[in-house]
Amino acid sequence: MAGFTNTPNSPRPRRSSGAILVEFLGSMNLAITLLVAISVAAIIGTVLQQNQPYPDYVRKFGPFWFEVFERLGLYDVYSAGWFLVLLGLLLVSTAVCVYRNTPTMLRDMRHFRLDVQDKSLRAFHQRAEWQAPGDTPAVAERAGAVLAAQGYRVRAKAHAERTVVAGMRGSWNRLGYLLTHVAIVVICIGALVDGNLPLKLSERLGHIKVETRDLPANQIPPESTLATDNPAFRGSVRIPEGGQADFVFLNVRDGFLLQKLPFRVELVDFRVDHYPSGQPKSFESDLLIHDPELPEPLKHTIAVNHPLIYKGYAIYQASFSDGGSELTVMARSLDAPNLDPLELKGAVYQNLKVVTPRGPLTVEFIDFKPHNVFPSEEDGDRFTDYGPSVVFKLRNEAGEAMEYLNYMAPVSLEGRHYFMSGMRATPAEPYRYLYIPMDANGSLERFFTLRSRVLDQEHVRRTVAAQAEGLIPADSDAATRAGLVDSIVHLVGLFGRGGMDALVGQVEKAVPEADRNQAMESYITVLQSVIGSIYLDQLREEGVLGEQGVSEADAQFFDDTLEAFAALGSYGSPLLMQLADFRHVEASGLQIARAPGKNIVYLGCVMLMAGVFFMFYLHHRRVWVSVAPGEHGARVLFAGSGNRDRAEFATEFEGLQRVLMTATGTAEVVVQKEAQQSCQ
Amino acid sequence: MSVTSEAMKDGLTRPAWWRRLGWFDWAWGALVVLASLYTSARYGALMDGFEMVILAGTVPVTLGLGWMWKAMRPYTLVVALLSLAAIALYGGELARGDSNFFLKYLLSSQSAIMWMSALFVMATAAYWLSLFMRSEFTGRVASALTWCASTMGFIGLMVRWRESYLIGPDVGHIPVSNLYEVFILFAVITGLMYLYYEGRYRSRAMGAFALTVISAAVAFLLWYTFEHQAHEIQPLVPALQSYWMKIHVPTNFVGYGGFALAAMLGIAYLIVDRLEPASVWATRLPTLAQLDDVMYKAIALGFAFFTVATVLGAMWAAEAWGGYWSWDPKETWALIVWLNYAAWLHMRLTKGWRGRPMAWWAIIGLFVTTFAFLGVNMFLSGLHSYGTL
Repeated sequence: MAGFTNTPNSPRPRRSSGAILVEFLGSMNLAITLLVAISVAAIIGTVLQQNQPYPDYVRKFGPFWFEVFERLGLYDVYSAGWFLVLLGLLLVSTAVCVYRNTPTMLRDMRHFRLDVQDKSLRAFHQRAEWQAPGDTPAVAERAGAVLAAQGYRVRAKAHAERTVVAGMRGSWNRLGYLLTHVAIVVICIGALVDGNLPLKLSERLGHIKVETRDLPANQIPPESTLATDNPAFRGSVRIPEGGQADFVFLNVRDGFLLQKLPFRVELVDFRVDHYPSGQPKSFESDLLIHDPELPEPLKHTIAVNHPLIYKGYAIYQASFSDGGSELTVMARSLDAPNLDPLELKGAVYQNLKVVTPRGPLTVEFIDFKPHNVFPSEEDGDRFTDYGPSVVFKLRNEAGEAMEYLNYMAPVSLEGRHYFMSGMRATPAEPYRYLYIPMDANGSLERFFTLRSRVLDQEHVRRTVAAQAEGLIPADSDAATRAGLVDSIVHLVGLFGRGGMDALVGQVEKAVPEADRNQAMESYITVLQSVIGSIYLDQLREEGVLGEQGVSEADAQFFDDTLEAFAALGSYGSPLLMQLADFRHVEASGLQIARAPGKNIVYLGCVMLMAGVFFMFYLHHRRVWVSVAPGEHGARVLFAGSGNRDRAEFATEFEGLQRVLMTATGTAEVVVQKEAQQSCQ
Repeated sequence: MSVTSEAMKDGLTRPAWWRRLGWFDWAWGALVVLASLYTSARYGALMDGFEMVILAGTVPVTLGLGWMWKAMRPYTLVVALLSLAAIALYGGELARGDSNFFLKYLLSSQSAIMWMSALFVMATAAYWLSLFMRSEFTGRVASALTWCASTMGFIGLMVRWRESYLIGPDVGHIPVSNLYEVFILFAVITGLMYLYYEGRYRSRAMGAFALTVISAAVAFLLWYTFEHQAHEIQPLVPALQSYWMKIHVPTNFVGYGGFALAAMLGIAYLIVDRLEPASVWATRLPTLAQLDDVMYKAIALGFAFFTVATVLGAMWAAEAWGGYWSWDPKETWALIVWLNYAAWLHMRLTKGWRGRPMAWWAIIGLFVTTFAFLGVNMFLSGLHSYGTL
């Protein structure tokens, strides 16, 4: 009709912003961007140790970056708001994608498209056309039978001038797409159910406050306590043998929350089994669950990989530690070695106060181990158990502490026995070991006797005076002699109290640099001579000095003693703590978790696994045979497509075509085929 | 429409899969079933319910594998026979491994693994040589060497399984528990996956590339053995004493193998892409289309199994660690690898990306995978440090 013109500037209909948003959210670009963004974000949490105490982070990064990282939530990144937003976006994107594609997918799976036009079929990549004898219905039936025999689901429809036979195979490929993507949604929902969003919300609203102080469970304020109605959590608790707990601690960022349980868990017995190498082989806990709802307490043994699931609470055997072993320690004074040892009774995790000449000290017992197994020196394949050990810290008034690791039993090295004590100033360093030689009776008496004499100025003076001829030049006058005696006594005292450190300090203070080595050597000679002399006297008293002189063992004892004296200067403790007795109490480390979303997540996982295999290994293939009356009877138009792997489908199509042509008894071949090149 | 008997007689029907099996298929299948029945009878008392299910599950998996990939039938037979021979030679005495000639130089787990290492390196050289020399014979030798290497590697693992029990009944475990053992598994699985594609595509041109990554794994394995005495069999820590290890770890390595192969083919793709199509080299190397296709297939297979492995890992964590997901570094990196290849597959399947960007992505994917596999154990701490260096 005239008068119909297109307005040149007619505006295109505007899509609603809702439609644009939905299209964006369901777009592939967004999905892939999110996949990559989540990957990168997740990396942060692996290279930056999560949930450490904040002072550690301050130390590591300095105050500025510590602030920055804290604002970004990097110390608990997987619960950070922005990370959850990313996950949420992925969930929305997947959901929108499923929502938009499901109708198409379902239609593709079920709809055979029996109304497809011949000209559409001729536009297919894979197509062929030929003439066949026989009438249309017979040929169509033949074609259908062939397709069915080849494993296709077949439908046929007779139109006015032609019959269309449609075959479909592998439609579960589409189901695979649906399964995988719905699975992501399901998994995210399950994860959300198990997540701690309600907790974060409570915290944001001020209902709960994370506790950061080191408090025992019964002193934790109510705002850091969670009631038993918390549906999802994961916490841990350490129960000593014989103890009970009706709570667990949830780690939140740099602190924790106390989670109450509706039942009490009692640890009746804990057992740990070791391999010969000292590695734990298995450890298990005999638990008793006390619940008012139970007629009698529930007995159950849990082990690693064998948790107890009770009323939806999963109780895991996670670790074990000392449960407060009782310790009896004999403390000997190194400053006043002639004093009787002091008996200290304590327990792991408890502190004791001791008064020493150097000031009051707090003994903090940290750990106790009944066995210490290491590979043998002689034979790497065998192992030696060094026996019980105790770890403790000695803290002075100023708050500085040194950590010690003492073995209860004498340690044997090259046939000789030593009291071994490890020392370190910070947890980052390895232990340095002090070896104090033991005498033939297996005690430290000889060492302490020698030490008390070395520290006794008068005794030293008498020894030096008696030895004067060897040490002091004969032609010196009385004043020099007295001076030398004084300085030797002073030297011995210095070495006795301060060890090698003091000696070195003295040398550096009093001697010019050029002469230091020589001075050291002469000091050491003097020390060996004087202390040796004191030692010989002691041997004579013990009656072990025979005509042959000092035995080899005793000579070695002397060397070891000097080494011990040298090391004692940096030992940092006025006391030598010998573990005399113990009562071992073990504690079981349990993890208790509640995860109502677990089965939802598992369902999602099963869907995901099935869906992935369907998507990759089932190919949705569809073929059509359009039969119409032709010159010699019927004209057959065959076309098809597959949704994966063009090359493979091309091969299959050719095979089907050959079979169809044989089946329909082609009289004359008029073949129109698309060139089989790899179409990109 | 039903299948008419006429259609079947015409030979137009594709016969059902069980009709397409030959006598050897059936005989071999019977052996597989018998072997698992024997195993369950002999060792059933030591296995819990789940392990019986896993043993039962290996039957259809093995049958499926052997009937789909015919070469697996003689392979499994040779591996089984030689492993059983080695076990018989041991006769319950671990010390015989040092005195018996065949054990000492051939079949004890360490010897077999050394043979595997040597054979893989030789196979790599042979594949490269066959490319340079364009020699069909060298190519066949290379294939044969790869088959032998995979055989010796698997035998090594089987004999090591037995040796761990000879050390002590509570020390014995399936040899997939630490970094050393899984590296052997990686070499064997990647070798077998490569051989599968070699057979499918009837082309040895990819061999040089695939074997190169296996040789790299072998080099690492040898270094680890000599530097850290990693070959010694250690008992399992309590957390690993579970039937889950039998399924989580091997499926993971099918994943890693697929990703490693795809990355090497990506490298090959980039090389071929730069060559003149008619050049001497380009005709010897696989075509771009073939490389692209196998790269996709390897990643698809790897991804499918990696998904299963990650899910199994989560289920194991729920039994051992207090929850199916702890954002532990190893778990998180497994997720990162999964997301990376999910993105790769989306780009390919939905947006139709092909060619150089995808090849680059596959190569970068291997770095991500390697970090998840090794880097986490080496550099990061966490619950998963069973294979520290």
